[in-house]
Amino acid sequence: MTSPAATKIRVLIAKPGLDGHDRGAKVVARALRDGGCEVIYTGIRQTPQMIAEAALQEDVDVVGLSILSGAHLELFPRIVAELKNRGVDDVVLFCGGIIPEEDTKALEDLGFKAIFRPGTNTQDIVKFVYENVTK
Amino acid sequence: MDDLVERFLRGERRALSRVITRVENATPEGREYVRQLFPHSGKAHIIGITGGAGSGKSTLTGALAAEYRKRGKTVGIVAVDPSSPFTQGAILGDRIRMQDLALDEGVYMRSMASRGALGGLAPTIDDVVAVMDAFGFDYVLIETVGAGQDEVEIAGTALTTILVNNPGTGDDIQAMKAGIIEIADVLVVNKADHPGADVLVSQLQALLSLAPPGSRRPEIVKTTAVRGEGLDKLADAIEQHRQWLESSGTIDQCRNDDARHQVLSIARAILLERIRAATPEADLQALVERVASRDLDPHTAAEELAAAVSS
Repeated sequence: MTSPAATKIRVLIAKPGLDGHDRGAKVVARALRDGGCEVIYTGIRQTPQMIAEAALQEDVDVVGLSILSGAHLELFPRIVAELKNRGVDDVVLFCGGIIPEEDTKALEDLGFKAIFRPGTNTQDIVKFVYENVTK
Repeated sequence: MDDLVERFLRGERRALSRVITRVENATPEGREYVRQLFPHSGKAHIIGITGGAGSGKSTLTGALAAEYRKRGKTVGIVAVDPSSPFTQGAILGDRIRMQDLALDEGVYMRSMASRGALGGLAPTIDDVVAVMDAFGFDYVLIETVGAGQDEVEIAGTALTTILVNNPGTGDDIQAMKAGIIEIADVLVVNKADHPGADVLVSQLQALLSLAPPGSRRPEIVKTTAVRGEGLDKLADAIEQHRQWLESSGTIDQCRNDDARHQVLSIARAILLERIRAATPEADLQALVERVASRDLDPHTAAEELAAAVSS
């Protein structure tokens, strides 16, 4: 058994924008919890500033964004900029939801290390988090 | 590392975040930060907010912080949610109820997992609260894990403890039981727009009238936190309690008790670490097996372990 105060991976799962469907975000949050992470879940309709501020205050290692509205190329660059504004430049970014293949390159260029689309095995997301956080 | 302390003392929030992480993980570095920052603590008023799961603690905490902001005060919030006993993972969801404060520079909110601690708090809560206090917030609000009847540890960390009750959750015998109700400095009846709120208030009043003469009677405040109602009265009741703590000299006793409790619990942890370090795993396992097979009682086994470091 790990020591109770042992270092834990902290993950922020956030839903930017106006779509209110957070089933996917909750499934991912739950899978990461079961994978032993501490998951901060902030609920729906978060602005880029709110997400960046939560990442700063919670000192997370990973930020996962869930989006279904199609506004990812609008919102994600603003989130990355807000994170940078606050000096939060060392978090691992991933995203999931309805994200067309042709946007993959743009999101990778923004710094997203993975895009998880519908049908992803949640264990792959847990594995991704553990492989990409160096503690 | 000193750079981080410097940035912390200049009021940089990112530095506060980084320090809390190290303190929460109880790393040697984290302990060093506590050593350096502890002398700056002791100025904030520390408020504990406890009550059952779903009683409205998070919403009330957010609404109380908003009330303090109206009064021009700054607020640090630590909200604890439970860790899984099996995977040690956790869902920390208290920010959901505090959205209105998300971008207020006078508020800093941190979620903590309970990481196996009992009593509705986290193992390093005292250190994290001291660090927030040292950062210079006027108030530090601690929201506990949803508490049942016996999670009284919060009173050892907070100066003013608020117990959140709801209408329709049991008769007056529930409230007469010993335990959590005894630690309340202010009793809140939250969701006061629900039926039965006034009945609960009179039950609590009747209960308090049975308190021994000379003891301070906690004030009862009705709130509907989700609509921001009653928070001015709650903040006033907290202020009255704070003034009473100071004028009666009870605050010195509180600080003394809290310090004693903290020092002893850290000493206990250090001794346990030493015992673990002095005992090879194979020896521990052999001892454990003898207890499991009823060949040895647990007290004698523990005495044997402790003997390894007592000489």
